[in-house]
Amino acid sequence: MMNNIDTKKDILVLGIESSCDETAAAVVRNGRKVLSNVISSQIDIHTIYGGVVPEIASRLHCENINGVIRLALEEAGVTANDIDVIAVTAGPGLVGALLIGVSEAKALSYAWNKPLVGVHHIEGHVAANFITNKDLEPPFVCLIVSGGHTHLAVVKDYGEFEIIGKSQDDAAGEAYDKVARAVGLGYPGGPKVDRASVGGNPEAIKFPRGFVKDRPYDFTFSGLKSSVLNYINKAKMMGEEINIADLCASFQEAVVESLVSRSVGCAKELGYKKLALAGGVSANSRLRSAMKEACAREGIECCYPEPVFCTDNAAMIAAAGYYEYLNGVRSDASLNAVPSLRLGEHFS
Amino acid sequence: MKILGIESSGLVASVALVENGSLKAEYTINNKMTHSQTLLPMLEDMMKLAGDDIKTVDVIGISAGPGSFTGLRIGAATAKGLALALNIPVIKISSLAAMAFQLSHGGANIICPIMDARRGQVYCAAYQMGICLIPEQAMSMEDFIAELNKLDIGENEYVFLGDGVPVQEGLIAEKLDGEYDFATAENNRQRGASVAVLAEKIYKRWLRENNITAEKVKELGADAINFFDETVMNSDEFIPEYLRKPQAEREKESGLLEDPGEHSLKKIAKGAVSGREKKTDAH
Repeated sequence: MMNNIDTKKDILVLGIESSCDETAAAVVRNGRKVLSNVISSQIDIHTIYGGVVPEIASRLHCENINGVIRLALEEAGVTANDIDVIAVTAGPGLVGALLIGVSEAKALSYAWNKPLVGVHHIEGHVAANFITNKDLEPPFVCLIVSGGHTHLAVVKDYGEFEIIGKSQDDAAGEAYDKVARAVGLGYPGGPKVDRASVGGNPEAIKFPRGFVKDRPYDFTFSGLKSSVLNYINKAKMMGEEINIADLCASFQEAVVESLVSRSVGCAKELGYKKLALAGGVSANSRLRSAMKEACAREGIECCYPEPVFCTDNAAMIAAAGYYEYLNGVRSDASLNAVPSLRLGEHFS
Repeated sequence: MKILGIESSGLVASVALVENGSLKAEYTINNKMTHSQTLLPMLEDMMKLAGDDIKTVDVIGISAGPGSFTGLRIGAATAKGLALALNIPVIKISSLAAMAFQLSHGGANIICPIMDARRGQVYCAAYQMGICLIPEQAMSMEDFIAELNKLDIGENEYVFLGDGVPVQEGLIAEKLDGEYDFATAENNRQRGASVAVLAEKIYKRWLRENNITAEKVKELGADAINFFDETVMNSDEFIPEYLRKPQAEREKESGLLEDPGEHSLKKIAKGAVSGREKKTDAH
């Protein structure tokens, strides 16, 4: 389905992302080569509130978006004329935040007379792998782990996914946030717990690894989370001091073991030789090393994006947008923000 | 000189094209559909049917608020995207002033635009012959009526308009001392045309004061101009006029949120990470 696109010519995609608390724009050539990747993070402001405040996020996106897009063009050394396609995150995410990127992208697409592609945020995370791993091509198994998502999927082709498993309750990143808050590490939990666990003994406390009955590739983290919170409360009641490094390392080990065993098991069972990590939690150092070791044992090739492309960014949106553009996907002026959209579903 | 007016501060979505003092096209919809689905298709259709190219627009007038936060931002991001792409300035127009402007030839009557601001309040202001008597603010309708009752209006009457009217009609009848009337359907809600006309007026004055022509601005591009002000500006600088702080910020300031982890924001934060927006703000 190449849609009469001249594939000999380079295609430059301007990606725009505003689904949560990062206002981002990037220019990517042919879905793989990043010419610029500008991210304006609001994290310092939301940290004051202990989490992302949707109204504040929306206001900041609206304030910063033009400057971020301008900088992305400037750093790429291109002008509007050089851009072939505009790709924008249309969901899932915070609806008020998404609407800024979507409205801006539609206006640019209209005034510049360039095609527009609405991109699924999680598809963007998966596509981040194409940026770092130039030779990676579907099919492969992908573990998508972030603050809002824990999905195990088979990427059958560019833009074509089959969900094999998902979290039945909390996302992995959510569990990190809650544990981090309980031990006073603050927000965002993922990187803080990862750092705090350095030097800790992952075997010190035996936390449960949750299994979902009859769903071998699904995840559950609520039991683990409760168990950590109970441990902390109990220690507090007894007046015992908690070894934060041991607690974080033990909690992280339980999360990582759940993620790794399901992912590698899935690739092995379904006969895939490649496994990719995607999403914010894929920047986690322990998850990366454990996945790499487990894959090596099974003769599976393991890859993940560079850290800067793990967390929210627009280069990954441009990369995903490029392949959707080649697939013939086009969005029109009525493209709307879709706060909850399953992976694999397309925007109208 | 072509001015595009964009209005999405309330339930109405409206776009208009004004050229040299005449309204060339206007497209208004008041049907509760999401602005994100209507505003840009309306603009595209309007320009196409008017036989005009968006690239020939000189400046964009944008209804900046007060109003629905989400509505304002859809209009703002649309205007910012267009202005960035076309390298033209935007003109920040008060939503209430633009609405009042629709009745600017109503003699010396007191024009009172009121918008439903939820939480028992209205966004309101009062104007007489283009002069602002009560500046725009969010307050209870009782307080606004009390302010109006203090005005010496002589033989004139109050004229109310805006989506606050159906909500506040009863209170007006009960508490307002003077004579009053309501604007009729063609003028009683936001219109892109009044935003564009007001923008044209402001832009002409700015051009005169800065001794530059519209053609020259178009030729140089907005990015090359360093003498903009708080009304005529580069689109990068534009932010809506919300009149209200986000709820979380208000709660924090009032000390309701000493420990962000343990109070209401916990819910917001959770909603955020799981990808759902909590309805915490007015609209």
